[in-house]
Amino acid sequence: MTTLIPAASPAPAAAAAERARPSGLTAEAVFIRRSITHSLRDTEALLMAVILPTMLMLLFTYVFGGALDPSGDYVDYVVPGIILLCAGFGASSTALYVARDMTTGIIDRFRTMPLRSGAVLTGHVAASMLRNLFATGVVVVVALLVGFRPTATPLEWIAALALVALYILAITALFAAIGLAASSPDAANAYGFILLFLPYLSSAFVPVDTLPDWLAWFAEHQPITPVIEAIRSLLMGTPMGDAAWWAVGWCVLVIAVAAVWGSWLFRRKAGRR
Amino acid sequence: MDLAIDARGIAKRFRSVEVLDGLDLAVDAGSVFALLGPNGAGKTTTINILTTLVRPDAGTATVAGVDLLADPDGVRSRISLTGQSAAVDEVLTGRENVVMLARLSGLGSRSASARADELLERFDLADAAGRRVGTYSGGMRRRLDLALSLVVPTRVIFLDEPTTGLDTRSRQELWRIIREVADAGATVFLTTQYLEEADRLADRIAVLDGGRIAAQGTASELKAQVGGDVVELLGPDDEVLAELPTDGTVHGLRAAVDELDRLAASSVEGARVAIRRPSLDDVFLAITARPDEPARDADLIGTKGRS
Repeated sequence: MTTLIPAASPAPAAAAAERARPSGLTAEAVFIRRSITHSLRDTEALLMAVILPTMLMLLFTYVFGGALDPSGDYVDYVVPGIILLCAGFGASSTALYVARDMTTGIIDRFRTMPLRSGAVLTGHVAASMLRNLFATGVVVVVALLVGFRPTATPLEWIAALALVALYILAITALFAAIGLAASSPDAANAYGFILLFLPYLSSAFVPVDTLPDWLAWFAEHQPITPVIEAIRSLLMGTPMGDAAWWAVGWCVLVIAVAAVWGSWLFRRKAGRR
Repeated sequence: MDLAIDARGIAKRFRSVEVLDGLDLAVDAGSVFALLGPNGAGKTTTINILTTLVRPDAGTATVAGVDLLADPDGVRSRISLTGQSAAVDEVLTGRENVVMLARLSGLGSRSASARADELLERFDLADAAGRRVGTYSGGMRRRLDLALSLVVPTRVIFLDEPTTGLDTRSRQELWRIIREVADAGATVFLTTQYLEEADRLADRIAVLDGGRIAAQGTASELKAQVGGDVVELLGPDDEVLAELPTDGTVHGLRAAVDELDRLAASSVEGARVAIRRPSLDDVFLAITARPDEPARDADLIGTKGRS
């Protein structure tokens, strides 16, 4: 009996084929680089990251500032608020990027490889941190040019920057979770919008005691007010009280909730688009 | 022969919908296997389960000899997936996409770069390598997608409807590449809605219906189940009035024409007769025809075709 040997017999190389797990933090590094490339190529978002802080700084100093504080020192009051406002805008694109990854096939490719696929999110969060620290830098430089005169020591500057970074991390984590929860990139954009209003209902632009009672209560107890008050105290020497503790506590709480909610969503959405 | 995929009794339910209900699959190592079925038959769910994306509610499976549930990372290191929507990064360039995937597959940056040049050349994307994928045509995206699945040689390659939405030229180009991959020794598991695709590529075809494998075999075995050409009676506006399968013989053809007379359908004003090859619809309807279904055009096919 003769045996027919198929023309294309399996190559020995293919039989031994295996995909190696990337070593150490290679996957994280690759995804961080990917997300930074995304940010740099998103020209409109990049322009916004420079233009928005500049415009807001000028608007609040020269247009609203005179009415809000005729003494001309409003710029000293408003800088922390503008920093947080810009960080919110900058972080909101994280929801868009995450939703885009989750609704295209690319996430399934990563999930079917032997790597920690959640590292995709690490990449987006890291890129958001860099984008928003850059925007913070723009705010501070413009502020100094239009008459911002902080009284902070170098140590207070570092503490203020660390608090801003913690806030960026918290709001980015929240936007990333919103991106995971959203059914499409457009939906992610819409859901995220409401978060961007929170700074207006805080002590960012006017002292809380000038608000109607019910609104003052909300402004007093929402997370943004202690963050603003703590940054303001560090930069301008206003009374700190317990603002720092509340600020850090709120940020850590938000990060924890977003992380738990986000990882639940990330697992649940596997294979479903 | 070794089995590249050995799945038994796979079941999956999404809310109240039973998507897979006791699916059994055996795919020989080194073969090309096509899972055929209409939209919503559970093809993608099958791929999602076999590629570790979704856990089955019941059943067991080994992929490339590794237990799917016990060692998903072991399976992941031996497979690659090209999903239904192109899994490429549109913001990055073609080259950046391949380098990224190579790095994530454990290659060092120098060998990742060399591998990228090699693959882009092979998939005829060298000229577009520096362009963002967002500017690519549908065919180029699919080629890149497939290239990404091949950055490291894996034992089993899953392709979920690899040519859906492509023009004829791109489709044939992709078929050529898939054939090459199979010839190099990998097992290819693909899903498709097109009989022709399964016909051209697959060593074995399985028809998925109602969450189970309704029939499997080689392309010719399956077509033998429906018979030969199909005689169609078309109305004045090309609407199908009747479809009659034949067994491919002159006698069978004559019998079909007689049947048309008997149905008195040919007396419709302006009607004409056409003969065509059996389509996936014919195979699928013949295999899945249920006796309790209400009569319609399709019921003519199953009964006559299998006699």
